[in-house]
Formats: sequence, structure tokens, C-alpha cells
Amino acid sequence: MGAAIAANGLSKRYRIGELQSSYGTLRESLTRVARQIARGPHRPHHEEIWALRDVSFEVPEGQVLGVIGRNGAGKSTLLKVLTRITTPTAGRAEIRGRVGSLLEVGTGFHPELTGRENVFLNGSVLGMKRKEIARKLDEIVEFAGVQRFIDTPVKRYSSGMYVRLAFAVAAHLEPEILLVDEVLAVGDAEFQRRCLGRMQEFGQSGRTVLFVSHNMQAISRLCERTMLLGDGQIERDGRSADVVAYYLQSGQGGGSFREWTEDDPAWSDGTVELRWARVVQDGRTSETADVRRPIGFELAFDVLDDTYAVFPKIKVHSNEGEIVFNAMDTDPRWHEATPGSYLSTAWIPANLLNEGLFTVDPAVTSLGSGKLRPHAGERQAVSFHVYDPGEGDSARGNFTGHLRGTVRPLLDWTTEER
Amino acid sequence: MTETEVKARRAAERAPVDERPRRQAPTFVIRPAPRWPHLDFAELLHYRELLGTFVWRDIKVRYKQTFLGVAWALLVPVFTAAVYVVVFGKFAKFPSGLKPYPLLVFAGLLPMQCFSSALNGSSVSLVANSALVTKVYFPRVLLPLAAVLVPVVDFALGMLVLVGLMARYRNWPKFPEFFLAPAFVLLALVTALGAGFLLSALNTRYRDVPYAIPVFMQVLPFVSAVPYALNEVPLKWQWILSINPISTVVTGWRWCVIGGAPPNPQMTLLSVGVALLLLLGGLAFFRASEPRFADTI
Repeated sequence: MGAAIAANGLSKRYRIGELQSSYGTLRESLTRVARQIARGPHRPHHEEIWALRDVSFEVPEGQVLGVIGRNGAGKSTLLKVLTRITTPTAGRAEIRGRVGSLLEVGTGFHPELTGRENVFLNGSVLGMKRKEIARKLDEIVEFAGVQRFIDTPVKRYSSGMYVRLAFAVAAHLEPEILLVDEVLAVGDAEFQRRCLGRMQEFGQSGRTVLFVSHNMQAISRLCERTMLLGDGQIERDGRSADVVAYYLQSGQGGGSFREWTEDDPAWSDGTVELRWARVVQDGRTSETADVRRPIGFELAFDVLDDTYAVFPKIKVHSNEGEIVFNAMDTDPRWHEATPGSYLSTAWIPANLLNEGLFTVDPAVTSLGSGKLRPHAGERQAVSFHVYDPGEGDSARGNFTGHLRGTVRPLLDWTTEER
Repeated sequence: MTETEVKARRAAERAPVDERPRRQAPTFVIRPAPRWPHLDFAELLHYRELLGTFVWRDIKVRYKQTFLGVAWALLVPVFTAAVYVVVFGKFAKFPSGLKPYPLLVFAGLLPMQCFSSALNGSSVSLVANSALVTKVYFPRVLLPLAAVLVPVVDFALGMLVLVGLMARYRNWPKFPEFFLAPAFVLLALVTALGAGFLLSALNTRYRDVPYAIPVFMQVLPFVSAVPYALNEVPLKWQWILSINPISTVVTGWRWCVIGGAPPNPQMTLLSVGVALLLLLGGLAFFRASEPRFADTI
């Protein structure tokens, strides 16, 4: 048995501009070119990021390999390179066998087409032959549990049905190598369990699986070996239990407190530096927050320079990766540039967020020509878990089931008898 | 839990992962983008079904949730032709050669509009499918290619109206010219594909493309001999207009289906040359920008 994947020195460089503004207008490009001509022929200065740096590894045929790391560590880029969605800047990889990827379920679904039509569309986008799809159609539909709606346009599907059908197609793809990125973030607990089961079967039937996830429990259970990426490089590679333990102990796995040091600074353009951030409730740093009381987010930062009128800002993501909200401090004190050391606290109101895991991206930004211009920040710096003790005085009332939604405000209800 | 859900769950637990002996697995190599882009025909052949799927999807959803549905494929050329007939035929009295003006215009509009939709579709094809481009690998050339093939359906439907007009004016196509007609449609599609390669690649970086195309499309019929017969304009102008392959498409197609003056062979060669140049240039540009599509789109 040889190696199913052999990567040698894979590197991928992005220019920051390419990451931030996904596209420009022709005019912007033309003015940039004009400016370069006016300034003379020196190379334009671009900030570059190595999303992957000299990554080499081998995956033997039939192994289930986990890949973990903080956001921005290069996990998704690695998958994108291995699935040929983007080309590496340097290095090479050899892949033996048909590759199937679950980078995002439902890729290529068209809302106007029926479930059946989408199975064919999605299947052939994922690399199946029409005959193969026709042979598996019944099995796919049954797996998804959407028999009755198979001839209904998927735009009429509930989000649960949509995801189940999409996953069912992908799960019936029979590649020799399967690359999976966080599919388990979708669907209800029961469906997730089935997805994990399907992946386990895949591994047991001698196929190679590369599984990228934040779910340490799933990683430990499914993968014999795990690779930890940090800053685009392989930081650890070994037995899953060891690597996961190392990752959690090193404090990279999130947590409600994050301190930046000289050796480990947050991103900054040099005008602002982040010191630390934490989530507080009732005066203590807390990993878990009671939904019924306000949740504080504290950010300590130094403004080093008086060029920009900066102010703190946070972006809160749900565990599904959606942006729950963006919020910034609009206090007039920030209208002028104000060098100094600050500690800002943002209070998230009680009874706003639903239960679940949330992550916070803190940043210090300024306003420039109608855009937010970041000066320092870090994605997913801290996370916290919102829970409901279920004492009947939250938006849940006495309901104990699964309450869907990202937010869950306690509304003012008025009812009159008429 | 409903009964169907229970069944589904049981089926899921039973569903075996296929354990047939695997074929000799193909190995492929991932490496930085080559300096000189080329087209991998073996790979395209392998993905031919996906091309069909894309065409099928676009045809299928083309008139979904419209009231008039496929009738639009007939209404658009008919209305446009009516406007041309009134404005250019009745008021401006454009030279129509030997043929009835409505027939001349309609026969010219059909390939013109086919080209126009093909170009529109292919130039936005990458951005319109950005969910796919950033998530799955397949040869990207399939997207503009599929978009160019889709309007052929509308074109075929428009032929019904043309046949009606032929009957009305008792003007039937002559053989063997008629069999050359597909060649001119092909020329229109090749031109659209060349421009589509170029514009769709540009559109991943610059979203100016969809704004620029309509401007260009407003002028195109007038420099493509749609509201007049090409051989009625001065010879010098005929040569200049022939740089534009669509003028040859319109003139040649018309000659094939309604008769009249045949296209000048040298001018036809000029147009074909321009179209092929556009195709190769567009493809080279497309392939050269392809490695960055997923990053810049």
C-alpha cells in the first residue's frame, strides 16, 4: 500500500489585497497603474501572507487523518490546494485516486430545480457519472428522508431537508480519497451522528479521509492520526489523542481569555496594538454565560499613533459560521485620534443570543471614505458558550426542546381581548 | 419522529459503502500553475458529461417562474424585428436588396440575438457560478462553453417564426446553400466563445463587464448588417464591417436561409480569421488567469 496523498513543500501565498477586497473595479486598477507609471518603475509594495508554508506530509492509503488548527492556520487553504480549486505557489503533491470533497454541502444546488434534478446536478458536479447517480438515486433519497418532496423545487425545502439531501449526495460519492471540511456544523445532532457514522464507514472500508474540523471530540474518535496546523505550517503531527491534548493545552483551542504578547501578537498595521481580550459575566472571566444576564466583552489595546481616529469594534460569529452581528463603539470620544492605553467593554444584552457557542473577532478600526479600515485585530480571538439554566424566566419559558435561531430575544408581548 | 423519518434512518444505517474492488486509481499531480497554459483535451473529454449537465441546468431554469415561459424565445425577436421594420424599413427606408424587408430583418436578428445571449451568458458564467468555482474542481472552460450552447435552443424556436415568414412571402431556402447555414451559426458561437473566455476571466476581477456589454450590444446590429443588406453599402465599408465576424454570420446565414447575394469569400475568410484569433487569444487569457479564479472571484 502506497501513499494516497504525498505532499512535498506545498506553499501558498496570498497578497493581502486579494484576501480583503475580493475584487476591484477597472477604474481602481487603472488609477493604480497610472500611479505606478508616474512614480517610476519600482515594484509595488504588497503585504503578503503565506497561508501555507512548506507543508510536507504523506497519508497512507486507508488512513483517516484529522487536521486541526486555529482559524487562519491554513486548514482550508490546504484542502483547496489538494482539491485543485486553487494552485499552490510552490511545492507539489501527488494524489492517487479519485478525490471527493465535502468543502460545503449543497455546492451547485439550484433553487429552481427539483430535488431529483439537483441530485443529478450536484452529483455530476462532484464528479459522478449520470449512470452512477441514477443507480444510487433511491438510496440517496432514502438516506436524506425526502422521498415525498423529491419532485418539489428545493427552494421550497426547509433548511434541514436541503442540507440532508445535499449531504446524502456527497456521502454516496465513492471516491478513493475524501476531503471533508466541517460538514458537521450543519444539521441537527441526530443527522450529525449519521454523518460521522458514514465517515467512519468510509475509513473502515479502506478509503483515505482527510477530515478538517474544530470538533475535537469527533477528531479524536474518527482519526487515528492528527495534524495540527499553525501559521501555515505543520506544528504537530502524530497520534490524535496526543495532538488534540497538546492543542487544547496550548490554549489555541479558543477559550474566553486571550492575551497577546510580543512573541505572539495580534495582526496590526503598527498604529494600534491589542493587549488582551476576555469574556466576562458577573465580574469573572467565563467560558459559559447565562443567557439571562448581560455578557461583557473586554478589549485592552494601545493606540500608538494619532494618524487615525480609531475605535473598537467586534464581530460575533455563531458556531455555524454566520455573522450574528457587528458592533462598534460610537462614542464621540473616538471622533479624534487619541493615543493612549484603553480598556473597552462591550455589553451584549441579556436574552439576545440563542444557546450555543459564539466566537468574537475583536478589532480596532477607523472610518475612511465610507469604509471600515482595520488597524489591529484577530479573528476568533475568544469564544464563549451561552446556556440557559431553564428556570422558566428566559425566552424559552417552560419549553425545553430545541429552539432554533441565532438570536433569541425576550420580546415584549401584548395581547388584548377583542 | 414520523414514519418516513424512521424508515430513512434505518435505510441510512443499512446503506453499505460500496466495497467493489477499486479500479487502478489514477494519479494526478498538483503543482504551481504552469507558465505556458495549455488545454488538456483528455481531461475535457473526461468531463463531457458535466458540460451536458451545465447546459441542461441552464435550459431547464431559463424560463422558470415566468408567466409567458418559453414564449419569450419568440416574443423577443418578433418585437425587436417589428421595431426595426417600422423605424428602419418604413421611415428611414434602409436598403434591403432584393428581399422583403421584414424577412431580411428577422433572418438577420435570429443569429444576432443568439450571439448576444451567448456572449452575455458566457461572460458572466464564472461569477454566476462562483459558489462552484470556489468549492469544486472541474475544468473552468466548461462554464463559458456551456453558456454559449444554451441560446441555441431559443434560436431553434425562433426558426419557427422564420418559417412562418418564409411561407408568408413565399420565399423558400435554396439547396445546397441551406446546408451551409449551421456553419455560420457555428461562426457566431465561436466568436461568442472567444469573447466569452476573455470577458468571463476579466469579470472575476472587474465587475465592469456586465455594464459594458449592453452598450456594445446596442451598436452591434448596426455594424453587423442586421437592418440592411451588406452588399448595399459601399465596398470599402463592406471590408471594414467584415472585421466584425457577426456581419459575416448575418450575411452568410441570410444567404443560406432566404437567398439573395452570397457573402464575399475573402471577406468571409477575414471574419473567420478574426473569430479564430479571438478564440485562441481569449482561451489563452482564460487559461492564464484560471489559477487565480478561486482567489479573486
